[in-house]
Amino acid sequence: MSLLMPFLLPIATSLLSVFLKGRLLTGINLFSSFALLVLAMQLLFEVVLSGPQSLMFGDWPAPYGIEFYGDGLSAIMIMLISLVSAVVMVFMAHWQRTADKSAYFALMQCLVASAIAVSLAADLFNLYVWFELMLIAVLGLMVLGKGHQQTEAALKYFAVSMVGTLIMLAAIGMIHGAVGHLNFSALAEIAASEESGHHLSLYGGMLLLALLLKIGAFPLFAWLPASYHALPAPLLALVGGLLTKISVYVLMRISGQVLDYQLYHEAIGWLAVITMLSGVLGAAYHWDLRRILSFHIVSQVGFLLLGVALATPAGMTGTAFFLFHNILVKANLFLIAGLIWMTAGHYDLRKIGGLYPARPLLSVIFLLSALSLVGVPPTSGFWGKLLIIMETLTQEKYLWAAAALITGMLTLYSMSKIWLEGFWKPHPDQLVSLAIPKSSYLVMLIMSLVILMMGLMPGPLIDLLQQQQWQAGGAL
Amino acid sequence: MSLILIVVISICVSSGILLLLSREVFRMIMGLAVLGTAANLVVFTGGRPGSLVPAVIEQGSQALMTDAASPLPQALVLTAIVIGFALLCFALILAAAVVNQQDSSDVASYRENEPSASAKAQSDKPMVMEIES
Repeated sequence: MSLLMPFLLPIATSLLSVFLKGRLLTGINLFSSFALLVLAMQLLFEVVLSGPQSLMFGDWPAPYGIEFYGDGLSAIMIMLISLVSAVVMVFMAHWQRTADKSAYFALMQCLVASAIAVSLAADLFNLYVWFELMLIAVLGLMVLGKGHQQTEAALKYFAVSMVGTLIMLAAIGMIHGAVGHLNFSALAEIAASEESGHHLSLYGGMLLLALLLKIGAFPLFAWLPASYHALPAPLLALVGGLLTKISVYVLMRISGQVLDYQLYHEAIGWLAVITMLSGVLGAAYHWDLRRILSFHIVSQVGFLLLGVALATPAGMTGTAFFLFHNILVKANLFLIAGLIWMTAGHYDLRKIGGLYPARPLLSVIFLLSALSLVGVPPTSGFWGKLLIIMETLTQEKYLWAAAALITGMLTLYSMSKIWLEGFWKPHPDQLVSLAIPKSSYLVMLIMSLVILMMGLMPGPLIDLLQQQQWQAGGAL
Repeated sequence: MSLILIVVISICVSSGILLLLSREVFRMIMGLAVLGTAANLVVFTGGRPGSLVPAVIEQGSQALMTDAASPLPQALVLTAIVIGFALLCFALILAAAVVNQQDSSDVASYRENEPSASAKAQSDKPMVMEIES
């Protein structure tokens, strides 16, 4: 039951939101988000205290029934999804014009529910269905803006993601046709066995292609900076913070079984290197805040792929830590971008400035998140990067480590560009200074506090991740 | 049976990709629809269509016989068809809206979201964000 509730609550709220409006709508949505946070915490405690949980629908035995499976990794993932969604709901309560509010909230809850279901799903077809639901929710959120930019972004996002999901569907069909199972644990057994394991390698490669497209890896990332920025800033925190990271999470789950071949690890590693560098160079080139942050998503995802490519328990621990850190920091940075827009009147760095004297608290929060993204000790980003790079050096992949360090330096460059242009130099025109609701500051402070804690006390989280049963470089 | 399906799937994939690469937005979406059909057929083929051995697990045995027809892919395909159909309808309406707004059905002309970095921003106020006072 504790596995099902974190999924049922947002989906029920989503359906309910369609019929509500005004204060009741925001009230119920905020209440539901905080209740979700409590449920996620409860699940995390249960998993930590009594080990992984499993739920078989309709009591069908293991490889045949549809299974939800929650271990430490998915429990923390759900915890972070509900934290980010609660923060974004608080922001949205004061943000969007009233007309479409119920649609916004309904789609946001739907997105949260499907993201949670993806973290819990334990078979490939279930995974595909929740991925589709996520796609539908994001498309809905994009077109609600109704402008030229929004519809165009939605069309591009749709076309590319659709190709990805179709490849995924075909791969899943082939895997089922070849081995007769879709359940993760059954696939793990088959991959380990000699006679039918090799079937999985080819179809697994197809699945990898689909996931890389959704993750935004090197040649397939152009859709990301072309579509994300059409969303309003708080939603960008939800979508940009979560979507690509969830695909990485899925890759971590399956990489141990379906993709456990040296060739794939090498390929993912080199793709990761190019993804990191091209993402951060794109960020260095652009001036629009949202575009800079979107390109940073690409570069950070490259870093995560590097961790996946290492395919050892140590590498996976580092990847998971970096994944959790990244979801929080990225969401916080997008929220800050929203507040910068409200204060300075524009997203273009050339047209804004003077934020430091006007909003000292916002500046401090930005500085913390930016330094964390760069990976300056003792922030949370530092530990994630340290764990991954140390493992890279252990495996003697010196070129990969060098690329990771260069990426860190370039990240520092583009973050200091935001700092110098947005916060330090005087505003070229004049500040707009729309009133910022106090609740927005409060939730952002809470997020920053969590990021700070992750940086100052990484021990408990790393311990928890090391206890995770990483099988041959993957979860499960 | 499988041979016919394989031929049909390869025709679907090749024509789907051809349509997908078109610059005309509706053709592109039709390409996605045809590719979707191909993906569905791939899943369907996994159920050993044409087999006359019934999908019954004999007493004492744990798995289906190796050449028996499997009904599960048909259930999977049904789900995939429903999702694909909904998405196709949405995509057609979306494409119509884009063509209306941009006065062009050439996807290469949709450049608003990917301007060069040095280009000036078109409007001073982004459109989406009207804040409640």
